[in-house]
Order: sequence, then structure tokens, then C-alpha cells
Amino acid sequence: MGGRDATMVLLDENGIRCDGRKIDEPRRIMIRAGGLKNADGSAYIEFGDNKILVGVFGPRDVHPKHMSNTDTGILRVRYHMEPFSVGERKNPAPSRREIEISKVIKEALEPAVMLEKFPRTAVDVFIEVLQADGGTRCAALSAASVALADAGIPMRDMVAAIASGKVADTIILDVNNEEDQAGQADMPVGYMPNLKKITLLQLDGVLTSEEYKKCVTVGVEGCKLVYEIQKQALNDKYFGKKGD
Amino acid sequence: MASKTVLDELKRTQILELLEQGKRIDGRAFDEVRELVIEANAIPKANGSARVRLGDTEVICGVKIQPDRPFPDTGDRGLFICTAELLPLSHPTVETGPPQPHVIELARVVDRGIRESHMIDVSELVIKKDKSVIGVFADNVVVDYDGNLFDACSYAATVALLTSKTPTWNWVDEKPALVEGDLTPLPVSTIPVSVTMAKIGNHIVVDPNGDEWASMSARVTITTDSDGNICALQKGGSDGFTLDEMVQCGETSIRVGKQIREKLKAAQEGVQ
Repeated sequence: MGGRDATMVLLDENGIRCDGRKIDEPRRIMIRAGGLKNADGSAYIEFGDNKILVGVFGPRDVHPKHMSNTDTGILRVRYHMEPFSVGERKNPAPSRREIEISKVIKEALEPAVMLEKFPRTAVDVFIEVLQADGGTRCAALSAASVALADAGIPMRDMVAAIASGKVADTIILDVNNEEDQAGQADMPVGYMPNLKKITLLQLDGVLTSEEYKKCVTVGVEGCKLVYEIQKQALNDKYFGKKGD
Repeated sequence: MASKTVLDELKRTQILELLEQGKRIDGRAFDEVRELVIEANAIPKANGSARVRLGDTEVICGVKIQPDRPFPDTGDRGLFICTAELLPLSHPTVETGPPQPHVIELARVVDRGIRESHMIDVSELVIKKDKSVIGVFADNVVVDYDGNLFDACSYAATVALLTSKTPTWNWVDEKPALVEGDLTPLPVSTIPVSVTMAKIGNHIVVDPNGDEWASMSARVTITTDSDGNICALQKGGSDGFTLDEMVQCGETSIRVGKQIREKLKAAQEGVQ
């Protein structure tokens, strides 16, 4: 990822961060529902400088067959980064990091998708990171929720996600790449606002118990902002853009 | 895709009947390429990039440029490597895992077309002879499939290379040291353009779409350079071409290639 500058000021005396944002301000978020012709559902998200494409297939037959479950459908998620998405060219083969992120995103989405309605089938979610800039798992999860909805798969809620964290002893919303590298803590949060359930939570860094509470709260509030943008993306596709 | 469906078999008859009347299933002339939309610099963090939509086939190419070790026998030349991958979101039949033979062929044909045209002058990409050279990686990813990936990947890679900015490295203390802010274009000597033609029945059509791709009996991909020379060729599929057909295909590739080259140049100039 690189680009780390030792002299960089993460938070100045006016509470302005290294990229000019306030402590509770997310980066620019743009979500588009649809866009791919062959996928059953798709979404594209630009989250700051992150650019991520998600395609969904299913419910469809399960290959290999032994993975199928007679009681419920299964959800499969692949999170994958393109070789050109990061500073130094990434080997295209899946890394341990990508395999772990695939798993946490899968488990974050499962509570939202009504898989029990489709026994013996699979829903496949393919996440392709075209350009990465910190916070890809949250951006990917938010886009994957929109892509699942775009595929017409019954859902209890959408999962919205954003990271909170600690930089210069301050709890902030939406950790960018520099803050992730040089900051004190990074906490990706995935949340279903209607069901009020946290479905993804990770943390690396040290927080006091007070800071922990604040960090989760800030993350959940951030998810509500993302949720509105997700709904707007679906609205734009299926009911026309505002003012059209 | 490699697998044929029942629908493909029905469409094949329809496509063939239309060709007998001089028509194509999507209304194009036999030597007409689908609409080509090119967005250069689609991935600003890469050294060069392009998003290409050829009809409903969509490819993104990103170029990464970084110091690398030279091959033992070519210490006076930089590396150029072009890859192509079908992402599983591009089509329901694409699976994850090791690449299928047809994807390996795709990557190799796209690489060969650009390499053999000598588009990139790799002799200029040397930091320290036999020790360190500049490696140029052009990675294509297919995000939506509707036939003719050869040309879509080739155009994406070519535009990504044309718009690439190369950092400069000096040889300091036995290792390459990056010179901050010194960016130059790649040493480009020609613009290769690949043109793929499919044989369906006794007819040959340029830039086959997904339905035509599934119906063809043979195909040929011919790459030409800016001087109108043919620099790479790949025949595929289980049927053959007559000598006359091959000569005809060569001429078509030069003529159509010339039109496409102007579009690639326009995309390059658009970002400058």
C-alpha cells in the first residue's frame, strides 16, 4: 500500500484530518446498483479512492454437489484484489488475507439473506477490488448488500459497513489508508440498521473500555449514513433518479 | 464460453440462416466492429489503465511498473508481461481456481500480439545491466463477457500502456533507488491492433459477439502494427481456413486495424 509519510499530521489542532476531513466525516461514497450484463445482480462502489465491483449469481445449482445443504441455501463469497489495485503489483492468486476477508464478509451477509427459502442452492457473491485505499472490506460489504438486493434475493435487511478507529488519541469515523497504517486502532463495523444487529466487527489496536464503546457507537452511526446511500442507489435504479 | 447450451444450438441455425442472406444477428456488416468505448486512466493509482467496452464485453486493464530482476539471458532488456483473467462475475459459467486452457490461450495471444509488435522498447527499460531492470506488467481482467475477449483485452492493454507513466530509478548502493516525481511515458514504438475474425459456415465475420463466438467453427486473431505489417497471428477452433480465406483475413485485419488504431490514439490523447 505504501505512501506512508512519517512527517504527516494525522489530526491538526483544529480537528482536521490528513485528508481534510472532520473527525466524524466519511469519505465521498458513490454506489451504483446494476451495471453488469451477465451477473444476476451487481453493484459498483467508490468509497474515497476505493473502487470495487460486485457481481451476484443465484440462487443456482451447487457445484461441487457435496457443498449443498438440503435444509437451506448456502452463501459463498470471494473477495479478490486485482494485481493493479495496490501500490506494488499483487500476485493474482488469493492470499491468506483475502481468504479471511471473504469469510468475514460471508458471515456478515448471512444473517441478512433469506437462504432458508432456497434449499440445495448457492448464492455466489464475487467481489473484485479494482483500486484499494484502506477500508476495502467495509466498502465491499456495503456494495455486496446492494448487489444481493439488485439480484432480487429476499433479504431481511441490508448490511451497511464503515470503519471507525483511533487516530491521535481521538475516535474517528472512516479510517483511510494513511490512518490505518499510522493510526492507533482500526475497527471495521458492519450493521443492519433495521434489525439493529452488528454482523461484522473487527478491531486491531488498543482501546480503553470507554474508547471501545465510543468507537462501536461511532461505527454504527456511520453505517446509518452508508445505509441511506445504499437505499438511494437501489432507488435510482428501480424508481429513476431524483428529479427525472 | 467453452460450454454450449441448447439455446446456442438454436441460435446457431438462426445466425447461419441470416449470414446466408448477408446479415448478422445484431445487424452489423461482416467487417464491422461493435461499438468501442474506451475510458483511459480508469484506475488512477495504477501506472496506466483503461476500461474498454466492446459491445457488451467489458475489460479493465491496469499497468504496474516496478524494478525487477532480468532474465539470466537478457540482462540488457526490461520485462514486459501481459496477463488476462476471466473474473467469476463476468459470466455464470466462469469458475474460480486455476485458469482453464482457453483463458491461458487468451493471455498468451494478447501478450504475444503486443510483444511481437515491439510496441514497448524493452532495451530502454534497464536500470543496471544484468542486475536490475524495469518490469512492466499489464494485467487484464474481464468483468463482463459477450465474445471476442482477444481484441477487448488487447485494446485495453494497449491503451493502458500508451497512457502509462514510468517512474525513474537510479542504481545506488547496489540497488534501485526511486527518483521522486520523475515520470515519463513508456518508450512506445508502434501501436499494435488485434482483429479477430470468426468462421461461421462459409462466412467470415469480424469481432464476433457472444452468440457468434458460440456458433463459429474456427477463428483467427491477427495483430498488425502502425506500419500495416502483420506481427502476430493465432488460429483457433476445430475447422480450417482455405488459403484464400487466410489472405482475405490478413487484408481485413490491416484495414479494420487502421480504424481501431485511430480510436486507441484518440483515447490516449484524451488523457493528455
